[in-house]
Amino acid sequence: MNLHEYQAKALFKTYGMPVPNNIVAGTPAEARQAAEKLTTDKVVVKAQVHAGGRGKAGGVKLVDTPREAEDYAQSLLGTNLVTIQTDADGQPINTVLVEETCNIANELYLGMVIDRASQRVVVMASTEGGMEIETVAHETPEKILKATLNPLVGIMPFQCRELAFGLGLSGQQIKQFTSLLTGLCQLFVEKDLALVEINPLVITSEGDLICLDGKINVDGNALYRHKDLQALRDKSQEDERELRASEWDLNYVALEGNIGCMVNGAGLAMATMDIIKLKGGQPANFLDVGGGATKERVAEALKIILSDPEVKGILVNIFGGIVRCDLIAEGVIAAVAEVGIKVPVVVRLEGTKAAEGRALLDKSGLNLQSAGDLGDAAQKIVTTVGAAS
Amino acid sequence: MSVLVNKSTKVICQGITGSQGTFHSEQAIAYGTQMVGGVTPGKGGTTHLSLPVFNTVRNAVDQTGADATVIYVPAAFCKDSIIEAAESGVQLIVCITEGIPTLDMLEARIAVEQNGVRLIGPNCPGIITPAECKIGIMPGSIHQKGKVGIVSRSGTLTYECVKQTSDLGYGQSTCIGIGGDPIPGTSFVDALALFEADPQTEAILMVGEIGGTAEEEAADFIKSNVSKPVAAYIAGVTAPPGKRMGHAGAIIAGGKGTADDKFQALEAAGVTITRSPAELGQAVKSATRW
Repeated sequence: MNLHEYQAKALFKTYGMPVPNNIVAGTPAEARQAAEKLTTDKVVVKAQVHAGGRGKAGGVKLVDTPREAEDYAQSLLGTNLVTIQTDADGQPINTVLVEETCNIANELYLGMVIDRASQRVVVMASTEGGMEIETVAHETPEKILKATLNPLVGIMPFQCRELAFGLGLSGQQIKQFTSLLTGLCQLFVEKDLALVEINPLVITSEGDLICLDGKINVDGNALYRHKDLQALRDKSQEDERELRASEWDLNYVALEGNIGCMVNGAGLAMATMDIIKLKGGQPANFLDVGGGATKERVAEALKIILSDPEVKGILVNIFGGIVRCDLIAEGVIAAVAEVGIKVPVVVRLEGTKAAEGRALLDKSGLNLQSAGDLGDAAQKIVTTVGAAS
Repeated sequence: MSVLVNKSTKVICQGITGSQGTFHSEQAIAYGTQMVGGVTPGKGGTTHLSLPVFNTVRNAVDQTGADATVIYVPAAFCKDSIIEAAESGVQLIVCITEGIPTLDMLEARIAVEQNGVRLIGPNCPGIITPAECKIGIMPGSIHQKGKVGIVSRSGTLTYECVKQTSDLGYGQSTCIGIGGDPIPGTSFVDALALFEADPQTEAILMVGEIGGTAEEEAADFIKSNVSKPVAAYIAGVTAPPGKRMGHAGAIIAGGKGTADDKFQALEAAGVTITRSPAELGQAVKSATRW
């Protein structure tokens, strides 16, 4: 689960990390009042959406007066921000962050992730702040400094110092950095984060460190034990169909194509998309109905697939292990009865109770093509959709 | 021969009285797995599915001489269950549960390593040596005793491998589902090393997916350590970056972990790759010239 910048910064503050004074505003008037309360000459107004690339998309502005803050907030609030990380619709701006400015002398990068290769939490720091860290990692990997957390003791002060010296910090900054990173590591572990990035971490012309941006991704599997974080979820930032799917415990990801897929198992769902592409078609979505597929969930899954107007055909691919194919067949029949499916559907059932499932579909009198193996199923749906369009 | 499990493997089930534990233990017994007991704290001394139930894993292992345990407890309690198993004297832990917090797994894995125990999973279908021992949720009927070792990050895609190698008459020595989580107990490299050392396994079929670098590490390992023919498929060529494709571990992040990178690494290591999940069996055929 992603957090907004203002939510991340509030967490930073709780853990003793330096952030600029700021106020969240939900209306233009609130933005003006916020600008009046803050004490720097200029303030910055930042659109709060989950996607990155806000600055280049026109979602961040330095303003001189409270009136200007109000006007700019007026122009942002209620609109959608389209950045390089969003789709063409963008994400809705429901709040803006009004923040004090500082004099930037230098920009650093500080981030933490769970490194899968070493199976440890790893801190990454770089002097190349403000840039895409992936680009830095690719082009100049030597500019990324790393420290690995010992799971028994967490981050040690010597590791903080090592990174601080590596970043070229000196004097009081070493202590500031040690305190900041110790807080960040504590936050990461206590709140079950999957990723945190401070980009940039700024050195002001007065020589102090301050977190100018904040990006946090929380481990969704651990949310059950963080009531406070659950409350921070902003559903408006999520894809409507993906959200609806998640409410039914379905894994759905929207894609650009026109062949809807319903599959059990994440790996097989990806493989089904791949083979559609290989046969010359374009998958419209990833959808994993999971292990506990019931008739209702299968019906809901089909409805979600059909709510995408681009979908011109559907491939149902079920390899029953725990999932029983006869239940899947009942779900398909129920969905057709309820919403009426007008596009061609190819169904491939294999494994537990596959014969019973096929028999149910055959008896239903519905316009369904059944397929033998995976290759046959993909070929049939691609040919059918291709012929129709 | 086979790897990790065979007909003499004695298995207990943690969470045996729950609905998942009950259903899959019944299936395992029907398949012929030597189930010797179960663990549910507070229900020690009772009997379930004609098996003795114990309060602790240590009790169960002491009383039954179990070599392996399978975990069907809810995600929130898995760290505890895995560490309990690791410290109780079993050699093999199979954790089926999906949705365990990553930091929990990071700690549990350390306990597993410290005790010199093998963990398979979590978030996996389990392990099966056909006609001998089934530990997990895979449908037993599609398997056939044979000569292909299968290792995969995905459940139903493993079944696809099994079906295709059974259809061609090759059968399987052992199938290991290593699971779709970012921190698995057993890696591709671990499984490849086991298959390489197993006389029954004549060829290896590995199925990876997007995310992480486990397939690249496998490719490196194959280059210098695997003499048997290896065929491979990677799921997720069409997956967009930054989107988690169901599994917690299946995400292209920071431009890393794409299917194309993995295909290239494997091909460079001399692995026979297929880009079609309908041709997994055929890939084994061309790798082995059977």
